[in-house]
Amino acid sequence: MADQNTPHTEITNPLLKWVDDRLPLVTMMNHATVDYPCPRNLNYWWNFGSLAGFCLVLMIATGLVLAMHYTPHVDMAFASVERIMRDVNFGWAIRFVHMNGASFFFIVVYIHIFRGLYYGSYKSPREILWILGVVILLLMMATAFMGYVLPWGQMSFWGAKVITNLFSAIPLVGESVVTWLWGGFSVDNPTLNRFFALHFLLPFVIFGVVFLHVVALHKNGSSNPLGIDMKGPQDSIPFHPYYTVKDYLGLGAFLTIFAAVVFFAPDYMGHPDNYIEANPLQTPPHIVPEWYFLPFYAILRAVPDKLFGVLAMFAAIAVLFILPWLDRSPVRSATFRPVYKWFFWVLGVDCILLGWCGANAPDDVWMGMQFVVWSRIATVYYFVHFLVIIPYLGLFERPKQPPASIAEAVLGGGSGAAAAATAKPMEKA
Amino acid sequence: MADAMHGADHHGDGETRRDFLMMTTAAMGAVAVGAAVWPLIDSLNPAADALAVSSTELDISHIAVGQAITVMWRGAPVFVRHRTEKEIKEAQDVALGDLPDPQADKDRVKKPEWLVMVGVCTHLGCIPLGQKVTDKKGDFDGWFCPCHGSHYDSSGRIRKGPAPNNLAVPPYDFVSDTLIKIG
Repeated sequence: MADQNTPHTEITNPLLKWVDDRLPLVTMMNHATVDYPCPRNLNYWWNFGSLAGFCLVLMIATGLVLAMHYTPHVDMAFASVERIMRDVNFGWAIRFVHMNGASFFFIVVYIHIFRGLYYGSYKSPREILWILGVVILLLMMATAFMGYVLPWGQMSFWGAKVITNLFSAIPLVGESVVTWLWGGFSVDNPTLNRFFALHFLLPFVIFGVVFLHVVALHKNGSSNPLGIDMKGPQDSIPFHPYYTVKDYLGLGAFLTIFAAVVFFAPDYMGHPDNYIEANPLQTPPHIVPEWYFLPFYAILRAVPDKLFGVLAMFAAIAVLFILPWLDRSPVRSATFRPVYKWFFWVLGVDCILLGWCGANAPDDVWMGMQFVVWSRIATVYYFVHFLVIIPYLGLFERPKQPPASIAEAVLGGGSGAAAAATAKPMEKA
Repeated sequence: MADAMHGADHHGDGETRRDFLMMTTAAMGAVAVGAAVWPLIDSLNPAADALAVSSTELDISHIAVGQAITVMWRGAPVFVRHRTEKEIKEAQDVALGDLPDPQADKDRVKKPEWLVMVGVCTHLGCIPLGQKVTDKKGDFDGWFCPCHGSHYDSSGRIRKGPAPNNLAVPPYDFVSDTLIKIG
């Protein structure tokens, strides 16, 4: 058991070693994906980071090929997407993987974020790691939005119009900014061209920020379900094979569900109106963004003022940037925070409620109340959670005592098999 | 048996159960990646719309003797030449031994007076001169490629220069005496 924690990868090939002594790529890869010491108690919620990385690669691979078939011109974009669906070999599969890949990327990333919220992964010393994650979320949103414009369907066009018009809320220069974004006086060919260019660029920017995210992660190591630091080799196991195999199992489950959607319900998460070519003279009766934007869309519509609605929507993400400083509780994991644990779940329900509000027309009535009223309540609660409840809990919640070490918690105190491990001298907190 | 396997995991120096699992996992992973990458690669092959336009029909009734026209077939030029008696005779009289890419004129035409071939130099893909009356036709009364100096004769066979092969003859048929279908 003792050799588990020592690096077990020596470079034996002399040529590889010669290169590695000058350009340590193999050593870096070994440190990052083989020897990297992980807490021995990571659960399946820790799969979603590597799954998100997989999604990014999947999107770049399929997107690259789609870009080779797509024509970014208002007269040809819609037809070129239909050509991909009908004429290009496997074009239907590649497009459906890309389309649903975006949705699954967001599912994975949202779970990844909520895992961080539950286990306090954003707390010291991982604030920058968390902030980089929020930056990735913002970049993903921009990329997804511009990608949705490219097929040039009705939802593409009107989504582009509505979202770019958000910037018209900026006092004084708003209209000029929107004209600049459009490259004209409406969403038109210049808009489509620049969105295509940016949609191609941003995934590589995301890739770069993901790299920094991983560098920041490896600096202090992964957080873990107990939220306590690794205190010695008895608390960690190497990434390979223990977490590679765990990640692969999770990847298999993910791909099974993903394939089921791609092959049996590829348009389930899309909107049928986007199979109607863009018509600048007619707005569809009910505009909705893609599902992953619905909670933010609900916040936008909840506020009866243009500027403040836009600000509230952006603030909903901005508040995540300062979360590490809003949460004053010294205990990371919700496992040991009896009150926070409940508020975490209430926030989850609140976000789903916001999504449900965003999916419905504001004036429709649900359970005796208009959706606009529901979304106001849910919006207020969202900000109360981060700006009132979280700081308050940090001061007044009485957390339970976390175990002294990961090894002690995982291997159990006193049982015969684990006696040797627990008998090792350990630094007690 | 389980115990024996278990023991091998930790103490065996040779093949272990874990090695076997690693190799089968890697093999299955390679198959999966290959299967996933194939659609991406195959999508870059000609699509159905490109395949659908792979034949061209041409009315040749208006092409006078000695005249040549160029038509587009699959994005490339096809030379259709209504050959004169002199050109036909020149093409037929050449000894096959003199040719870098030996091929008899009768194997390159369906009717001797009509020469149909892809007008793309077999060297590096330029379009040879010789279709217009004013064009330089090279040393063999056929075509001359200006890019790197390949000379083709009145049957479109390479005679001199860096091109390795004769100008290709596309699949074509005489639908009637005045209509040919290329492709």
